Amino acid sequence: MGSNSIVSNRWMSEKMNCLDLSPNSNSDNEEEEVHVLAVDDSLIDRKVIERLLKISSCKVTAVDSGWGALKLLGLLDDDEEDKSSSSSSSSSSSAGFEGLKVDLIITDYCMPGMTGYELLKKIKESSSFREIPVVIMSSENVMARIDRCLEEGAEEFIAKPVKLSDVKRLRDYYMATREIRSVQSSVNVNKRKLQESFDVSTSSSPSSISPSPSPSSASPPSLFSSSAPCSPSSLDSPTRRIKMTSFD
Amino acid sequence: MLGWGVDRLRADMSRLLAILFHQGVLDEQFLQLQQLQDESSPNFVSEVVNIYFHESEKLLRNLRGLLLDREFSDYKKMGIHLNQFMGSSSSIGAKRIRNVCVAFRAASEQNNRAGCLRALELLEHEYCYLKNKLHELFQMEQQRVLAAGVRYPLHQQL
Repeated sequence: MGSNSIVSNRWMSEKMNCLDLSPNSNSDNEEEEVHVLAVDDSLIDRKVIERLLKISSCKVTAVDSGWGALKLLGLLDDDEEDKSSSSSSSSSSSAGFEGLKVDLIITDYCMPGMTGYELLKKIKESSSFREIPVVIMSSENVMARIDRCLEEGAEEFIAKPVKLSDVKRLRDYYMATREIRSVQSSVNVNKRKLQESFDVSTSSSPSSISPSPSPSSASPPSLFSSSAPCSPSSLDSPTRRIKMTSFD
Repeated sequence: MLGWGVDRLRADMSRLLAILFHQGVLDEQFLQLQQLQDESSPNFVSEVVNIYFHESEKLLRNLRGLLLDREFSDYKKMGIHLNQFMGSSSSIGAKRIRNVCVAFRAASEQNNRAGCLRALELLEHEYCYLKNKLHELFQMEQQRVLAAGVRYPLHQQL
């Protein structure tokens, strides 16, 4: 692993320290398990990615096409469904109008019918689903393809064959950013409270705030105001995460 | 006499795997598959490999069918089959097969029918070899599981 991931992990753990500050944080971790929607037309790859995710304590739903994925998510109208040529292998419980709730979508790039890129576009174009991070997998590391996907809003581009370390890294990264996303919203509420308490007294720790924030951090506003780095593209150079096959 | 065979079988399996790695028939992705096998999914590797065999044989038949057709010209379709074969081979760590697919694809992109036929023969040969060796491996694994289940009072000492 490159040094990038070490830096980002430290940054992440500093962020997670500030979880103690927020009284609204999901410390009971009721939604601990990440639910991943895996899309791949290859049965073998579906089996492997399913297993990789399960071993990494993720909940998995695997589907064999982009159309199947959209259908599961509830993004498809009935007439659009007729256009799809591939049959969905997933026995979707009547997702009905709501559709499946997923935290992350991981999709193969090269698929018949709808490519992973087209699926990515459809998801990012949807107001209700564009927040879901989408990861693209591909056996061909064509720079133009990678750029196009990242430009369209893909979280990451992973070279196949996907390894356990890739999935674990994704899971950890996703969990960290999810915590931050939930903290950010509650932090905005607490920010004013904290500012006021710090204005009043600098030495004593107010009762509502636990003294656990990392002492090395600068003044509290710098913790809260760094919302920009939450966007993953500014954290690491995404292309570095594209590991070379047979690199070892 | 089964009890003492467990260690022997395990050693044989390791040796066979080492040979396959050394020959470049398998690569680290196969090890990754083994890592995914545990008590909750004790037959994961053989399940995936059997799917691979099933799909590969279909692909090989399709490729042969395309090429042997005298009026064959659908190189694009052949490319699609090859991409699929390449992908699944790489997913299970079948390195040599994957490499032959790469060469095959290059020939097909040049509309080189003779080159494609040669590549197909090589592919079939490599596939046969891999299938035989993996069957050997799985048989040894089955025997090992059986042997480990048999209890003889002295087997620990032997």
